Amino acid sequence: MTGTGAAVAGEAAAPGDGEPLVAVDHLKQYFPIKSGIVVDREVARVHAVDDITFGIAPGETFGLVGESGCGKSTLARCLLRLLDPTEGSVRFGGRDITRLSRREMRPLRREMQMIFQDPYASLNPRKRIGQIVGDPIKLHGAKGAEVKRRVQELLDRVGLSPEHYNRFPHEFSGGQRQRIGIARALALQPRLIVADEPVSALDVSIQAQIVNLLDDLQDDFGLTYMFVAHDLGVVRHVSTRVGVMYVGKLVEVGPADQIYDRPIHPYTVALLSAIPVPDPRQNADRVRVILKGDVPSPIDPPPACRFHTRCPRATAICSTVEPPLVDYGDGHLAACHHPVNVSAEELARARIAPESPATAGDQLPPPGEAARPWEAAPSLTRG
Amino acid sequence: MSDALLSVEDLRVRFRTEDGVVRAVDGVSFDLRAGEVLAIVGESGSGKSVTAQTIMGLTRSPNAEFEGRIAYGGIDLLSASDDELRDIRGEEISMIFQDPMTSLHPVYRVGWQIAEIVQAHHRVSRAEARERAIEMLRQVGIPQPERRVDNYPHEFSGGMRQRAMIAMALANSPRILIADEPTTALDVTIQAQIMQLLGRLKDELDSAVILITHDLGIVAEVADRVLVMYAGMPVEVGSTDQVFYDPQHPYTWGLLGSIARVDQDLTERLPSIAGSPPSMLARPEGCPFRPRCPHELAHCLELPPLERRVDDQGHSDRCWLTPEQKRERRMVEGRIGLEAGVA
Repeated sequence: MTGTGAAVAGEAAAPGDGEPLVAVDHLKQYFPIKSGIVVDREVARVHAVDDITFGIAPGETFGLVGESGCGKSTLARCLLRLLDPTEGSVRFGGRDITRLSRREMRPLRREMQMIFQDPYASLNPRKRIGQIVGDPIKLHGAKGAEVKRRVQELLDRVGLSPEHYNRFPHEFSGGQRQRIGIARALALQPRLIVADEPVSALDVSIQAQIVNLLDDLQDDFGLTYMFVAHDLGVVRHVSTRVGVMYVGKLVEVGPADQIYDRPIHPYTVALLSAIPVPDPRQNADRVRVILKGDVPSPIDPPPACRFHTRCPRATAICSTVEPPLVDYGDGHLAACHHPVNVSAEELARARIAPESPATAGDQLPPPGEAARPWEAAPSLTRG
Repeated sequence: MSDALLSVEDLRVRFRTEDGVVRAVDGVSFDLRAGEVLAIVGESGSGKSVTAQTIMGLTRSPNAEFEGRIAYGGIDLLSASDDELRDIRGEEISMIFQDPMTSLHPVYRVGWQIAEIVQAHHRVSRAEARERAIEMLRQVGIPQPERRVDNYPHEFSGGMRQRAMIAMALANSPRILIADEPTTALDVTIQAQIMQLLGRLKDELDSAVILITHDLGIVAEVADRVLVMYAGMPVEVGSTDQVFYDPQHPYTWGLLGSIARVDQDLTERLPSIAGSPPSMLARPEGCPFRPRCPHELAHCLELPPLERRVDDQGHSDRCWLTPEQKRERRMVEGRIGLEAGVA
């Protein structure tokens, strides 16, 4: 995979100057559920994204994890303005894009691209690779031989051969197709790439190839990634910072190492412990937290802390007061009344973060929480 | 080994297709003992699912050809009649499929589907079969089974559907359970629940389990022995500890090395395996892993036999490298991995 990096990089974003590339502010995305034959009545709402605030700095990889239906893909789509948010705002490169018209959005589209999960469904089977990768370049003004040259450069950059220009998607394997999808996303020299489960449809041996490729491209082009995935191992490997979602809420966010080595929210603890590691002896030594029940429906989410129905540490306050997002230092935020892995000093220093949802309570976890043992022993099973 | 519950001997499955003959399974042998969990790992197209489906007689079709033997309780499942197979399926050997969405019938009630299996094998009344269905739903942890038994599959969540599938598979207390990617479609917290449940039920019934998966984490957690398949062939077989701590085949090194782990972040780059798995229509000559293997030797053009090369009972592999060469070459940046070959 030798690069023609500099040529393609063009005027990719220069990281730095403190301003996040993407800033999401108290974003809400509800979907109405309608019923009725003559008159469409709204009978309920899916609370897919419910008051989420975070930012992505230029050049970083923000990993977003959570179980299916937690709203992580919806949040990704809001970022790209593929949806019209119900409330709150999304700023891209310092500019509020929440209410821009289609026409106003168009020049910004080239700066934000997406890589999809299923490389079989996301490439048009009737188009040649040259067209698939070249169409966005043409749409934005390049012509003829110039397009072909650019496409071949891109194919080379993602580890395909320029001769693949005239082939059809069915002639490629899953991993190669994902490379085509990546070449298409790169075609317009975007600043932000949102990758929604980019490797989960691929075989294990191919996943590592694609993860490494995304890594190289980030270094070469100064890309900013939002990496949405349910595979927490891959997210750890690629991310600078990680956000954990549960039923529409951001329950914990922070530097990747901190999230994995010192999870504060019990849901993050459970999520991490649920994943078996590929090492028989270590697996036997690990303490597993096996959650009971299913993820609740976002149509009628549990009140206050949405995790309280499955949380082994839940008490009365968890079902009455929504926990605020509390800053435990280093940008490590968690929304829990009974945080795990925090010392008394850290609790004393903790502050409610400005990212906290508007409906959340204003009380910090009391200092005594630091000494609190992991509750409800029956849920804590040795695996 | 005489105490084997099921014994697969040199199984070969070929499918004639318009594009040529697909050698889906090419020389698989293993013994399965009571109470044991055998994991079959491999990537898509490695033949692991075809192996499992062939045991159940699900791959029989006019364009399929079989060779070898699948010995179970004195009969050969490969040559058994459809009637004989029908008596065994769902009663003595049963299967859990990957996708609970498509393997439950959408227009029949869940309880009815479980009761049907009971009635197919035992002379019981409808009421008794229904009782058994409720009992099974309770055992797999479905809340309010008396009420849930009358639900349709669409009223169940993904995790509950998979539990219903397990209830169905275990309704007749089979001696062998074949689980084909039982948790791949599920979220991790639900996966943990299901694996715990499978482990508990296996112990209670003393069933043997064939677990087909690509997730080495799950293998490390539950398997007693591991069979690694590549391009329709077994390339390594051994106890879980042998395969994880003393892996002999470069493909196994590659698989182990390319996993991004939640519990550690050691390397800058993931050691990946170059290239893609071969097409089953045109398998490379000699060792099937040769085109992707950085340790290729001249005689790799000749297919190595699956045999014991290390001094460790029950551990065999299919690679020409000597055990000393392997120990030296499999360490990449302090951990087991496959040095990237030509990209």
